[in-house]
Amino acid sequence: MLIRRPEDIPSSEITPEHVYINRREFIGKSAGIALGGAMVGGPGRAAAQTAQVGQRDWSSVRSEMDEELTPYEDVTSYNNFYEFGTQKEDPARNAHTLEPRPWTIQVGGMCANPGVYGLEDFIRPGTMEDRIYRMRCVEAWSMVIPWYGFALKDVIDRAAPLGSARYVEFKTLHDPVQMPGQRTRVLDWPYVEGLRLDEARHPLTILATGVYGQDLPNQNGAPIRLVVPWKYGFKGIKSIVSMMFLEQEPYNTWKRTASFEYGFYANVNPEVNHPRWSQARERRLGEFRRRPTLLFNGYVDQVAGLYAGMDLRVNY
Amino acid sequence: MNKKRRLLLLKGLVWFLGLAPLAWLLWRGFTNRLGANPIEEVLHRLGDTTLIGLLVTLSITPVRRLTGWNSLAPLRRPVGLFAFFYLTMHFLWYGIVDQTLDFEFIVEDIVERPYILVGFAAWLLLIPLAVTSTKGWIRRLKKNWLRLHRLVYVSTSLGALHFYWQVKADTYWPIVAVTVLAILLLFRLRWRRA
Repeated sequence: MLIRRPEDIPSSEITPEHVYINRREFIGKSAGIALGGAMVGGPGRAAAQTAQVGQRDWSSVRSEMDEELTPYEDVTSYNNFYEFGTQKEDPARNAHTLEPRPWTIQVGGMCANPGVYGLEDFIRPGTMEDRIYRMRCVEAWSMVIPWYGFALKDVIDRAAPLGSARYVEFKTLHDPVQMPGQRTRVLDWPYVEGLRLDEARHPLTILATGVYGQDLPNQNGAPIRLVVPWKYGFKGIKSIVSMMFLEQEPYNTWKRTASFEYGFYANVNPEVNHPRWSQARERRLGEFRRRPTLLFNGYVDQVAGLYAGMDLRVNY
Repeated sequence: MNKKRRLLLLKGLVWFLGLAPLAWLLWRGFTNRLGANPIEEVLHRLGDTTLIGLLVTLSITPVRRLTGWNSLAPLRRPVGLFAFFYLTMHFLWYGIVDQTLDFEFIVEDIVERPYILVGFAAWLLLIPLAVTSTKGWIRRLKKNWLRLHRLVYVSTSLGALHFYWQVKADTYWPIVAVTVLAILLLFRLRWRRA
């Protein structure tokens, strides 16, 4: 539980001022990102419409496929975060009860450096960058989102998993006071997700602490969440409090809820339909006509090697 | 208040309540209040309205028999027709706006996805009921009219199943709909035996 009196808060849980102040600088500095991450343009084309978020005009920013960003209002008002209700608009309405600071994350399981870390010890400011990713929900809608975060590999390397560790498992905060949706039994709380270690170490996999250069709003998974752009959105576990290295495949929440519909891998794949609906096309929010869904959400060149020889129909 | 005036008032109320969901959607549409995914929002609200309309249609007779308010009987037709109207809008919205008339995908949906097939069947079954809802048809079909119009129970059941089947995890509202439907069916079965 994270309910504590101020005198109980160790100094490690308080974000040093320079980190906060410099945060802005890192946003400004961030330029191109290797692999699937897109270029974040400097002074670009004239803004067709105002896309001012925080201190920055995002109107000229595009994904690496020259896609427009989904507006900030949509990214922060249309969310699946059942801890705050099951309707898309519920999280934006209800997530004000979450207290994202101070925040601690437990690192454990099969690793050389287990421990409980304050959020600011988890994030190394020099590694923060903007990453523009497509986000494809298993419900067949999608967005283009400029995340702000750092490679998960960075944390994994510091934790130094043992040779026997093959997976990493994440858990969301379990606190029905802060997360009123957890008072219902819609899902088996806390939310659990996981990755194979090679997926977790992949340079596209990030932990995000922000969106549009701002701290994550609570409804988007403050203060820290996973983003795996070639997988369905439900893999992107929010408000993470625990990270464990395991030998066995984690039993993720949606697989537990309906294992014939949601698997562990959950790679975006237009050829493998959900039992109840087609995954061949998706609605990009803001667009009228559905567009074709791309294998691995368009990141096939970067990630296909992870699944060589695997039957993606069986490992959905 | 005489009988005729009461009926007029009740029918006015039905028209008001029947058009209110449409007016609400139009207002939200024109004032940009349909959220980040307006196409899906309209589709779902048209579907909700249909199911509520069908359940209200089915509850008119039980309420009339329990309370003795026989003046409610003539409301079954307009309420049922409003439900059919919203169902038709729901189907057209799905085909024209949601699927942009891509027939290849619409046919695939109907053939391969049970929940869409079930919803489509619910709509098809209601068409003959809407067509034969006039006084002339009631006279012509005599006893068969009642028999034919019992299909509304089948159609509503399919509608509830259609609703239940597409929910990912939160089955609260589908279960409410199924429960209401089950209660209405029990009334009907008890009265048939009595």
